[in-house]
Amino acid sequence: MSVLEFIIEVAGTYVATLAFGILINIPRRALNVGGWIGVLGYVLYRFTVLWGGGYVIGNLLGAVAIGVASLQAAKLKKMPMILFNIPAIVPLVPGGQAYQMIKNFALGNNSTALVFLLQVVMISGAIAFGFLLSELVNRIQRRFWRHRKRL
Amino acid sequence: MSSQKKRDQLILHTALTAGRIMIENGSEIERVEDTMTRIAHNAGAQTSQLFVMITGILMAINGEVGAQIEPVKRRTFDLEKIAVVNDLSRQYADHKIDLRQFADRLDHLDSVSRYFPFWLQMVAAAMVSGPLEVVFRHNLPDFWITCLVGMLGWWVYYVLNKFIQIRFLSEFTAAAAIGVMAVVFVHMGLGNSVDDIIIGSVMPLVPGVPITNSVRDILAGNLVSGPARGVEALVSAAAIGFGIAMVLQFL
Repeated sequence: MSVLEFIIEVAGTYVATLAFGILINIPRRALNVGGWIGVLGYVLYRFTVLWGGGYVIGNLLGAVAIGVASLQAAKLKKMPMILFNIPAIVPLVPGGQAYQMIKNFALGNNSTALVFLLQVVMISGAIAFGFLLSELVNRIQRRFWRHRKRL
Repeated sequence: MSSQKKRDQLILHTALTAGRIMIENGSEIERVEDTMTRIAHNAGAQTSQLFVMITGILMAINGEVGAQIEPVKRRTFDLEKIAVVNDLSRQYADHKIDLRQFADRLDHLDSVSRYFPFWLQMVAAAMVSGPLEVVFRHNLPDFWITCLVGMLGWWVYYVLNKFIQIRFLSEFTAAAAIGVMAVVFVHMGLGNSVDDIIIGSVMPLVPGVPITNSVRDILAGNLVSGPARGVEALVSAAAIGFGIAMVLQFL
């Protein structure tokens, strides 16, 4: 991957995340931060895949980063957390694999389709599990702050 | 009616309206419970009992007879309203507005919807489709045609949603329209790859809100509402998939 390709991917992810935010009517002051959280998640995913981590681990790390970063943004801006993490997961959605699955099922290549189905299930599971892990981090952080306040 | 009773009625009305607006526009259940409890607490109710589901809310305060029900019938994605309810609740907690004003503003919020203008939504749909096609497939020559197909697909979805108001059907039709347009444009020589154009163009239709909320609801222990959202996401995905598959069959 050349530098130019990387820049194109980052710009594309940022624009797409922001535009998806417009489609689900996210308040204007949350759009920019949401876009950058999307970029963060995608870049983490991309580098994990590039360095041989596999796409499941990549999606997992991306989802964890998105979950943790969204909570920080939510605290900073005093807005609900879902405003940031919903658009941010859009670049991680396994659109390509889902399409190949549908196409191969429609054309009758069931064995190829099943391979893609497995990939879609694995990626969706990884993203869900990533959110779970980020929730763990968030709850520990909340406990920690409450503890600090009491001291 | 005694003034205490009137006050309780107002508290219930405010909390229930806030909760209904949040669920209707795509909030997760835990946030709704949290907000409603806070409203009741800040308004001076000693205790509040809540039962929040994706299709309706039950609430009683002070353990009295006369819990009230608020059904949730519509379901759209308008996250700005959730943010506004959140803001109002914070203002109420800081005593910047009183309960009467809070209730009035909620009723006002319920009746108007401040979406982005339609042309901007079309541009946004184009800007979801094209860049994601490049990010996923590295196919730069098809960027513009994907933008165009994605935009037209969103237009079909939006217009149908206005008339038939069943989201799954609009998604199905929009996906089928995207498939047909992709095939036709490639035939006309305007694009190179049908696959890449379709992958990019269906991205604006991805059910991002139900997917995220489903995971968060299940994690929070809402074992009825979480899977219900999951089914919503699954049916949406299946509708899009069938739309595309139908076009590919006739190829």
